[in-house]
Amino acid sequence: MSDGSMTLGAAIAPAGATRRTLPAHGSRRTYSAYALVTPAAALMLIMLLGPLAGVIALSFTDYQLGAPHFAWIGLANYQDLFADKVFWTALRNTLAYVVIVVPGTVIAGLAIALLIQSGTSLRSLYRTIYFLPVMATLIAMAVVWEFMLHPQFGLVNGMLRGAGLPAFSWLQDRSTALYALCAIGIWQAVGFNMVLFLAGLVSIPKQLYEAAEIDGASSGWARFRLVTWPMLGPVTTFVVVISGIRSFQVFDTVHVLTKGGPSKSTEVLIHTMYTEGFEFFRSGYAAAITVVFLVFVLLLTLIKSRLADRGVHYT
Amino acid sequence: MAQIELSAIRKSFDGTDVLKGIDFRIEDGEFISLVGPSGCGKSTLLRIIAGLEPQNSGQVHIDGRPVDAIRPSARNLAMVFQSYALYPHLSTFDNIAVPLRMRRLSAIERLPLLGKLLPARRAKERHIRADVEGIAEQLDIAPLLRRKPGQLSGGQRQRVAVGRAMVREPLAFLFDEPLSNLDAKLRVHMRAELAELHRRLKATFVYVTHDQAEAMTMSSRIAVMMGGELIQAGTPAEIYNDPDDIRVAEFIGSPKINVLPGRIRKDAGIDVLGTALKLSCHAATGECRVGVRPERIDVGAGPFSGTVVHLENLGAEAFVHLAIEGAGLRLIARLADVRHLPAMGSSVAFGFASDAVRIFDPAGKRIEIRLEQPERIREPAHV
Repeated sequence: MSDGSMTLGAAIAPAGATRRTLPAHGSRRTYSAYALVTPAAALMLIMLLGPLAGVIALSFTDYQLGAPHFAWIGLANYQDLFADKVFWTALRNTLAYVVIVVPGTVIAGLAIALLIQSGTSLRSLYRTIYFLPVMATLIAMAVVWEFMLHPQFGLVNGMLRGAGLPAFSWLQDRSTALYALCAIGIWQAVGFNMVLFLAGLVSIPKQLYEAAEIDGASSGWARFRLVTWPMLGPVTTFVVVISGIRSFQVFDTVHVLTKGGPSKSTEVLIHTMYTEGFEFFRSGYAAAITVVFLVFVLLLTLIKSRLADRGVHYT
Repeated sequence: MAQIELSAIRKSFDGTDVLKGIDFRIEDGEFISLVGPSGCGKSTLLRIIAGLEPQNSGQVHIDGRPVDAIRPSARNLAMVFQSYALYPHLSTFDNIAVPLRMRRLSAIERLPLLGKLLPARRAKERHIRADVEGIAEQLDIAPLLRRKPGQLSGGQRQRVAVGRAMVREPLAFLFDEPLSNLDAKLRVHMRAELAELHRRLKATFVYVTHDQAEAMTMSSRIAVMMGGELIQAGTPAEIYNDPDDIRVAEFIGSPKINVLPGRIRKDAGIDVLGTALKLSCHAATGECRVGVRPERIDVGAGPFSGTVVHLENLGAEAFVHLAIEGAGLRLIARLADVRHLPAMGSSVAFGFASDAVRIFDPAGKRIEIRLEQPERIREPAHV
């Protein structure tokens, strides 16, 4: 018995000794670890988390741009916001915009990428052409679209009339204005998604297609289902989330072309925020809208990281 | 089970001739190795058989039927790729099931959600499951069926790739350097397994490799390709002992065959390093090349002498590198008895039997020889 306890004690003693030495050694390591993290952490604090906390704090005040004083008013801004019909219209329009533009850009981007990839000639020309709208300034392009969509002498209506179809006053009609903006949004973002899909397509090993062909996938659709689509999984997730976030941020076309009209039919979240914050100077209220906007973006990001965790095993 | 016939196959990429008219017939149930150095066109030939690459001219017949206008998917051949080409997003089970699903299920039944509701699909899926599990049992990969390729080792991936090829009982199996991504030990093991698989399936195997050891150990016949041409085809023993061309002699066998400069005299005798060999030939007088396999060089006795410059003792056998004074030549001799190795730097005598000699003309073609007198009197073999 005593023998056993002796050996036990002996066994414990060195363990205790090491435990005593460990913290000193460990803390030195922790300090240097903190020191190494500091620059990145400080930058993140100053550039991201600080402003974010500022916006959230601002949303609980009645601060007006340029005002000398402000008061804490709790959730009153949010109460106003959720009671405001304009906010709900803006939210509904934004969601509608996202629901139309995201599938539109993703499907069109993938289709164009597949077409370019399957062709043999003029690949770089097509790539450049489809990428042009991404590089062009959207404000300038919005002006061009304004002319093209002009009810009387616009190109679009001219073509419709030429084909014997009825013309619309696209941006001035409540029933078409949002869809016209969606079309411009798709036109603008397709090139970006196409480039991402092209990069994804290039990285698919050619032998997988050959294996699929030998395994009996004789139609292009079967090979797409068996190889292309699953192998593009990670790219597609990324493209969907990025397109989603970018569509949520829609502002410039709305501001230049419609200013949210006619009768709020194209009012979107960021535009409402802009009007409240910089035209009516209700900074606190605008901050509350920003927080709502951030919640949606955060949701999308969470979905993305969830999907990324579940990602396929690539070898 | 299929017989594959290639006639006058030509292929060029961007003006470079990769295949310069290949005529070859692969018999039913054969294990054929297409072997050659990289760039000799062996993989291209395999891809032409598979239909992945169209030939510029010539025909491929499978079981007497021309298949040139037939898509790879309709040729009913299976292929194992060097990179295995497993679908990384599918489990082992699904990878092996792909060829069955592609063939047995209609396009509607293969739809992700809707397809599962169709009653016909459920019955077919049951059969597919049974077939896949049977194959997995045969290849010893049953416990891996749920894993994705990324979670498998190289050897396991190799088996899954073979399983995917086996499962639909194709007319023939095509292998494109399937062992070159494995480590040396596993490669030797898989060699035996593939040869065993061939014996069991009795199917036609066409196996492309640059490793002459793989070709020698597994195949029933070897076809040696060089520079877009098929130089010689025959059993491993024929290729090793009776090479038609010096390139075949040099490519097959490790270490490489020793090549000595020789001379054909006017009286049809042959001199090597100033010593007359006890044989003659009918070729024109002039230069020739004399090939002797390392294991046929007898160290210790003979008319030649060389200095030992390097020794490789592998335990069971040893290779002695001999430098021959005045000729700037090096020879390798294999010694079966590693207990009595010559010392480094020592001078040793060596020679070889007349029947160990293969003579090639300056262009590399084999010259037939006649032994003047038997070196040793062999006892008649009792069968």
